[in-house]
Amino acid sequence: MSQYLLSTYSVESEDAPEMPSPDDMQQMMQGIIALEAEMDATGTFVFGGHLHGPDAATVVKQEDAEAIMTDGPFVEAKEHIAGFYIINADDLDAALGWAGKVSACVNRPIEVQPFAATGRVADQMPDA
Amino acid sequence: MAGKAARVDPGPVETIRRIEAVFRDVYGQAVATLVRVFGDITLAEDAVQHAFVVAAERWGRDGIPPNPAGWIVTTARNRAIDQHRRTTRGRELESEAGDASDGGPDPFGEALQEEEPVPDDRLRLIFTCCHPALRIEHQVALTLRLLGGLTTEEIARGFLVTEPAMARRLGRAKYKIKAAKIPYRVPAQSDLAQRLKPVLSVVYLIYNAGTGELTERAMLRREAVRLGRALVILVPDEPEAAGLLALMLLNESRVHARNVDGALVLLRDQNRSRWDRDLISEGHSLVRECVRRGRPGPLQLQAAIQAVHCSAETFEATDWPQIVALYDHLLSVLPTPVVALNRAIAVSETDGPAAALEELDLIAIELDGYSSLHAARAATLRSLGRIAEATDAYSRAAELADSSADRKYFTEQIQELGLAR
Repeated sequence: MSQYLLSTYSVESEDAPEMPSPDDMQQMMQGIIALEAEMDATGTFVFGGHLHGPDAATVVKQEDAEAIMTDGPFVEAKEHIAGFYIINADDLDAALGWAGKVSACVNRPIEVQPFAATGRVADQMPDA
Repeated sequence: MAGKAARVDPGPVETIRRIEAVFRDVYGQAVATLVRVFGDITLAEDAVQHAFVVAAERWGRDGIPPNPAGWIVTTARNRAIDQHRRTTRGRELESEAGDASDGGPDPFGEALQEEEPVPDDRLRLIFTCCHPALRIEHQVALTLRLLGGLTTEEIARGFLVTEPAMARRLGRAKYKIKAAKIPYRVPAQSDLAQRLKPVLSVVYLIYNAGTGELTERAMLRREAVRLGRALVILVPDEPEAAGLLALMLLNESRVHARNVDGALVLLRDQNRSRWDRDLISEGHSLVRECVRRGRPGPLQLQAAIQAVHCSAETFEATDWPQIVALYDHLLSVLPTPVVALNRAIAVSETDGPAAALEELDLIAIELDGYSSLHAARAATLRSLGRIAEATDAYSRAAELADSSADRKYFTEQIQELGLAR
């Protein structure tokens, strides 16, 4: 069993994004709820969520052994991760199948990347 | 005595030549079988290459064994098991197998059976190589490397890139297969027709890449035809596979009449006695078989068009209305400007150059960067007596030509037009 990151991006634009109608929104949420129930039933769902916008991001780095904070995202980009799932899947074809379902629900392209689920690094170290 | 000795020992040069032929024949099968057993492409390739080194030495001395493919697979398998044991994971697998000696699963159990190449293995591997998650250049390179057994250097030469660039391309593709876990299996029946499309496109792309500079890249055409033949056997229920093979064979039948001493000869001017009748008859029987099945697709229709050309004793005797009708059908399933271009060329034979030019002008903007569009416009403009425009169009065609034979042909046409003026 492998794990995959299914992610989608939001594109920053000068214009305020067009909000879906309450009915469309309702329908989308129903679709996502049904999809997540299917993921649970098949042991596919590991973790998932959506992110607040890049304006809410803060970067921390080390300078002269001190933590320095800067407002804003790590990379200045027009596209930012909007949300993601981590799923269990047998192989890429299975992961692509789930990505197709997610894409149909949220009406956005989904990027599929193999996720190296190593767990805690300490667990990976050879015994002392 | 000398005759008898020659039969036993055909001579080192002949032996080496035969060994090389066997290598090319069995490479793809052997790699495919090893990938199935070990699930690792790099391990499979290394093991098969090692088996070839051993074979070159031993066969040169003892002769080629009765079942060379089985010999290569068995030798490569033993090597791969050896390599496997040297890695930590391999040792772990082995010790787990030792602990579970009470009939538990033996990780090498499958590998240790007498291994014979299974034709299905090649089919699985070609679906891995042509997985839609890989970009098309990577699909092509992987297919030639893993199934065709071409060296990285040969593939690089065929596609006019440097050897290190091709090595990186292959490396990235293999990395993605492993990291993303692109499956190694024949797709389910319900997905088969859809997933076969990129496989057939890759094979046809390999064939077409081989038509540029004839002698240099002939091996690409040979490999494409070989893969095409394998696909017809491996997916007998998909008529598009037969269509692809027919299309390649019918194109191949005219290769030597189309290019004479490095110069392009148009269909109109080809010496039809130089067409390869055996290839044509094989292509024709495949096309008849496709027609009988009644499930037409883009490749079968293109093959049918070429079949009509190959049936004509002379250019004038060509059944042009039939060709235009087939292009109409093709355009309905494959509505691309290139198909429209080829249809327009046929229309100039049924309805005259003015009608053809009208159709060409509809796609002129879209295909502005395509040499064949300008060549077709040039020919129709010339028939209409519009010499200055024809000259301009031939110049554009020459600028955009992708082979030196084509460029030479267009330049000659410009010279002829200059003399006619």
